Amino acid sequence: MKKIKILIGLLPILFFGNTVFSQQTFPVNGVAEPREGCYAFTNATIVQDGQSTLSNATLVIRSGKIISVGTGVTIPVDAVVVNCTGKYIYPSLIDIYSDYGVATPQRQQGGPTTAAAFFSQQQQAGSNTKGAFGWNQAIHSETDAVRLFVSDDAKAKPLRDLGFGTVLTHQKDGIARGTGSVVLLSGEKENLTFLKEKASAHYSFAKGTSSQSYPSSMMGSVALLRQTYLDAQWYKNKPSTEGINLSLQAWNENQSLPQFFEVTDKWGAVRADNIGDEFGVQYIIKGGTNEYQRIQEIAATKAAYILSLNFPQAQDVEDPNDARFIALNDMKHWELAPTNPAVFEKAAIPFCLTVADLRDLKQFWPNLRKAMEYGLSESKAFESLTKTPATWLGIFDKVGSIEAGKVANFLITSGPLFDERTSIHQNWVNGEKKSVKEDNWVDVKGTYDLTINLGGESTKYILDVKGTNAASVIGKDTLTAKFSHDGKMVKIGFDPSATKRRPNLPTGGDTARATQRPMGAMATAPSAGPSFRLSGVSNGNEWNGFGEDPTGAKLTWTASFVKASDVKATTPKKKDAPSVGKITYPFLAFGNEELPKQENLLFKNATVWTSEKAGKLENTDVLVKNGKIVQVGKNISDASARLIDATDKHLTAGIIDEHSHIASFSTNEGAQSVTSEVRIGDNINPDDINIYRQLSGGVTASHILHGSANTIGGQTQLIKMRWGVNDDQLKFKGWPGYIKFALGENVKRSSSTQGNTRYPDTRMGVEQVLTDAFTRAKEYAAALKGPDAKNVRRDLELDALVEILNNKRYITCHSYIQSEITAALRVADKLGFKINTFTHILEGYKVADKMKEHGATAATFSDWWAYKFEVQDAIPYNPTIMQRVGMNVVINSDDAEMARRLNQEAAKSIKYGGMGEEEALKMITINPAKAMHIEDKTGSIKVGKDADLVLWSYHPLSIYAKSLYTVVDGTIYFDREQDKKKREQVQVERNRLIQKMLSEKKSGMPVLPAQPSFQFINVCGDHGHSHGLLAIDLMDGN
Amino acid sequence: MKKIILKFVFTLALPTFLVAQDNVYPVKTANDILIENATIHIGNGQVVEKGSVLVSKGKIVAVGVGIVASKSATIIDGSGKHLYPGLILSSSTLGLVEMGSGAGRPMNDASEIGEMNSNVRSIVAYNSDSKVINTLRSNGILLANVIPQGGTLAGLSTVVQLDAWNWEDAAYKMDAGVNFNMPELFNRPNQFAAMLGIQLQQNDPTKQALETIEKVKVFFREAKAYQAETKHEASNLKFEAVKGLFTKSQKLFINCNTVKQMLIAIDFVKEFGFSVVIIGGSDSWQIADLLQKNNIAVILGQQHSLPTLPDDDVDQPYKMATILQSKGVLFAINDEDTQNRGRNLPFNAGTAAAYGITKEEALSAITLNAAKILGIDNVTGSIEVGKDGNLILSEGDILDMRSSKVTTAIIQGRLISLDDKHKQLNERYKHKYGLK
Repeated sequence: MKKIKILIGLLPILFFGNTVFSQQTFPVNGVAEPREGCYAFTNATIVQDGQSTLSNATLVIRSGKIISVGTGVTIPVDAVVVNCTGKYIYPSLIDIYSDYGVATPQRQQGGPTTAAAFFSQQQQAGSNTKGAFGWNQAIHSETDAVRLFVSDDAKAKPLRDLGFGTVLTHQKDGIARGTGSVVLLSGEKENLTFLKEKASAHYSFAKGTSSQSYPSSMMGSVALLRQTYLDAQWYKNKPSTEGINLSLQAWNENQSLPQFFEVTDKWGAVRADNIGDEFGVQYIIKGGTNEYQRIQEIAATKAAYILSLNFPQAQDVEDPNDARFIALNDMKHWELAPTNPAVFEKAAIPFCLTVADLRDLKQFWPNLRKAMEYGLSESKAFESLTKTPATWLGIFDKVGSIEAGKVANFLITSGPLFDERTSIHQNWVNGEKKSVKEDNWVDVKGTYDLTINLGGESTKYILDVKGTNAASVIGKDTLTAKFSHDGKMVKIGFDPSATKRRPNLPTGGDTARATQRPMGAMATAPSAGPSFRLSGVSNGNEWNGFGEDPTGAKLTWTASFVKASDVKATTPKKKDAPSVGKITYPFLAFGNEELPKQENLLFKNATVWTSEKAGKLENTDVLVKNGKIVQVGKNISDASARLIDATDKHLTAGIIDEHSHIASFSTNEGAQSVTSEVRIGDNINPDDINIYRQLSGGVTASHILHGSANTIGGQTQLIKMRWGVNDDQLKFKGWPGYIKFALGENVKRSSSTQGNTRYPDTRMGVEQVLTDAFTRAKEYAAALKGPDAKNVRRDLELDALVEILNNKRYITCHSYIQSEITAALRVADKLGFKINTFTHILEGYKVADKMKEHGATAATFSDWWAYKFEVQDAIPYNPTIMQRVGMNVVINSDDAEMARRLNQEAAKSIKYGGMGEEEALKMITINPAKAMHIEDKTGSIKVGKDADLVLWSYHPLSIYAKSLYTVVDGTIYFDREQDKKKREQVQVERNRLIQKMLSEKKSGMPVLPAQPSFQFINVCGDHGHSHGLLAIDLMDGN
Repeated sequence: MKKIILKFVFTLALPTFLVAQDNVYPVKTANDILIENATIHIGNGQVVEKGSVLVSKGKIVAVGVGIVASKSATIIDGSGKHLYPGLILSSSTLGLVEMGSGAGRPMNDASEIGEMNSNVRSIVAYNSDSKVINTLRSNGILLANVIPQGGTLAGLSTVVQLDAWNWEDAAYKMDAGVNFNMPELFNRPNQFAAMLGIQLQQNDPTKQALETIEKVKVFFREAKAYQAETKHEASNLKFEAVKGLFTKSQKLFINCNTVKQMLIAIDFVKEFGFSVVIIGGSDSWQIADLLQKNNIAVILGQQHSLPTLPDDDVDQPYKMATILQSKGVLFAINDEDTQNRGRNLPFNAGTAAAYGITKEEALSAITLNAAKILGIDNVTGSIEVGKDGNLILSEGDILDMRSSKVTTAIIQGRLISLDDKHKQLNERYKHKYGLK
């Protein structure tokens, strides 16, 4: 017991005491033991870097550094010589995206894990971080990995076993994460593991463990980053009002480092790059695994990338009822994700690879080889794990290749690194050997003379070793032995009677017969068979040891190497890259391999609903050229145009949806009552099937609004429904900016079952929030024009409000009841701004005169009511009354489903209130165009306007009407005939991938249980519509 | 008598005599009513041009041409108009939920606490003065099946007619449906986790759901055994409540959507011999043959819904009725939208007609076939002699909002008011602005 205690007591010392080069400031508890650790590795194939490989070369290291490398190298006399015949030496690998040794803070205890808990959470307006730091808990630029780093050999070892010697580590938490350090994976005393204390600065869109309410959305994260760039700039002049702000100070200091931005998908990469462009920063982007889907956009960022090898697993699709709920895009991503690195290589976009995000570190090599099978070149793979990361981090003078003067970080392998059969024997970090797999350093395979000495008699056998765990003993018969050889210790066990039970085994006994011990003596042994049990030590070609025979008699034994077994040199055939499906735009069912092109179109003989004074024109032709309407009339002909026979069909302007929440990653930034700094445009999602579905319902433009979580919400984004283009190309060019406001129940969080602590809690408070915000904005605007303008803090929130005051940004205001509508009008009158549009406005009919006087548009629903208290007086006659009072009236959807039937919704005003048919159609065409100040561009059929058109099969206000063609800018984005073909293609492609997943399962690969592809649908808060079986309605931050 | 009716309508239209909705009250007695010269949509697929319908003592007594009524009869000219059976909302929370969830718990009487709530009865909470009711009548909906929502066995549903002083008046077919909310066989990520991209550790959803389903089966096995004994020492109210299932005087309404769930639903036919109706059935088109073979009817969920996956045809929900029709499945179309509260029922049927089935088939799905599913086709659902006088007259095609305008409605032979809160507010504010 005493001994054990001592050993345990020694452990911590051993742990650090292993270090070759001890720190001088640390007293030694014992006797100083200086070592220089000089080693010479001879006869190796040394791969110095991607360019040069030396055969039969020598590597000499001393004191943790490479002294020399080459073929004619002098071996120092004090060097320990390691013969590396047949071995390869590589620089060890570098992982540029690690959190090794830097703990991520844990989410606060009792953090919400259910929607109910989350939405009932109390507001946390300020930061919980104590000290002279910034206002937002997710911005902690002051975090330095160098101060947090703690060596952890248990975590270092698995990385070393993969071949890594160096990592860039940082705390993966928050939006501004502080700095990262480059450390060696020696797992030893921290002081000696740093290669670079501050090597990088890190950012992301995820607030991580911050418990502060703001930001609560993607666009909020963007706004927070943009504001912090501005604040940091402003802070450089040491504004007295700010005092000391360590977060901003660190932010500024960190700017000189390489800037790393972590995103989770391709659009995130584009979004991050946009922020960088605005502030003159080029980020190195840590991507997801789907960038291959938009490689052009990725290349356009001009960023360097860090790529994960976390490829999706195949799913178990054996049960067709489970497979039913897996979307094509998820299956395609499974197939194509391994092409991601190869696609980057082909596009010549610089990248590094990382083990980050892997479900299991052991997947690193298989996944890397998979990426290579899918086209990643070996040289690029090697570079992306050695020279490239080292260069980016400015440490290529220290690591990343094998050159004299660099840190002695290298791997000794049994063969070429990327060969599947190769083992890494040793991973030397900082001049110290770390074992990985040494038992096969010596190729133990071959035949040995085994001599057993028992009672003065020696018996000879042949030992045929087939591997470190397989051998047979050949005497009279061939006996399968229990065998193990771990490079040092050998164990052999064999049952001489076993042969009786396997009479047919071929015998090789003839070759090795000396003095035959009569085996018959053991013939009566039980079938479990008492065995010879031999244990010994291996010293290369000579083994010797001790043992017992089946009767328990003691014996000694020796084995000596005779000859290696014949190894057939098999070079694995280079596999062809697997065949994979095509990328579509967007990467979804019904996407196009090539984007549809603009065409010249001639609609012949249609009933044309102009939505203009011209009214409804029978038997009329409409000519479209270069995306514009160029002629409306009779008997038009144009040879360049594709003719579309529209006889008995109806042509209308494309539908404009004034209120929608599709095609965006987040809708609400509800953490504060005023969030005019956030922009829907920062998080447009072009991969939304609802774009296509709504095209099928005749929608050509859609106004994507912020939600109704707060009084002054975010800036909105008008898009055109160009199915397949990227986020920027979706945006409607040349429209004035808009912003969403909201009043009433949602703003005061009436539906919360836990009450509300965020101001305001009444309509009285809402009025004051509005008044306060615009009062501040006016004073801010004045200050910006004042003498001290250059010291005024740029405030993105107030900037947007100043734009409103200057009529450069328009308001669309969610509101229901007459009291709040009137109150908003009066605040606007008093502070000198206009409310352009009241949206929802179900009690608008009560104050239509007041709104008309203000000049507002009313955008409303046809027949919604009674879904909450504030809509108890909603009536379907509302649009007709407001229209008859003289307002510009719009019918909008606010709903991904209803947007497909806006023509029907408009038609309901014919039923309720007797509105004229042409007037009804205007509510979804020219009226919204007017409301959006784009009536000069779209919204009606008029020469010179954008060719945003719908050809209907039937009267466009009838429930029986279907869009045959939906045209945006003269491009047919929906064609009902083409759609039929696409449906078939979707089924064919689905089936192909299901079969492929099935064969993956059959081949024995692990598969995940089928994962339904849930459809996340952003809603603004007022919803009871059916969005399909797999819909998850997101009401973020509301 | 014709004059009287005209006067009645005129009174309602006069803003000066505007009455509160609380004064729109059920009609006491009814004369014979003859509707003449209308296009009659029988509800079973047949159409009679320029036909007449005579209603006497609450029942339809004659349908056809050349019908003569007594002198005291009220005669309504249906020229150029379309006459339909009263529309039936097959699944709703009418009278239980006055306003949506945003209005809080006092407004909601639909969900009781507990798992096996087979004994709770929707009818006793039915508010016959709900402001929603008259807005449905205005669109031709005269009957509704009111379904409780809470728990796995949610309780008993009742079909109501929408012209009543109180729930006892309203009951049209009492406690005739036992409602079962079948658990989903997959985990639904919660919103919060989805937002933050957190994968929560969850139990095996299929196993959990199957356990719950097994509990329901055990419940019915024991209920069956309980019915076998004539006297009970201890009464079990929950078993008593489902007695009719075993004699087919009650139906089992199973709320479910996926193929796996519906296969399990078929089990309830096979093991217990119940009459089973599926409510929802968004994937019912995939196993229409099987449903037909097992006599399982479907009350389709919202037609106006998004498809399940991006991969689905963009009009998948719209054309679902067409697939079921082609396979001979008995189905009803419904409107369960909580933001217009069921009044778009005819337009949900219109959408089905736009995407395949005929208009008369679509009409059947909200009249006769709905009546068959609810077990009331012997008394209503079509314009046939002997059935209740549940009729609506529309200016045009009731399924198309462009022409759907109900001018007359009759429930059990009573000519009902078509006034509602919305019309009254419309008149009030037209008056304010001086609009005619």
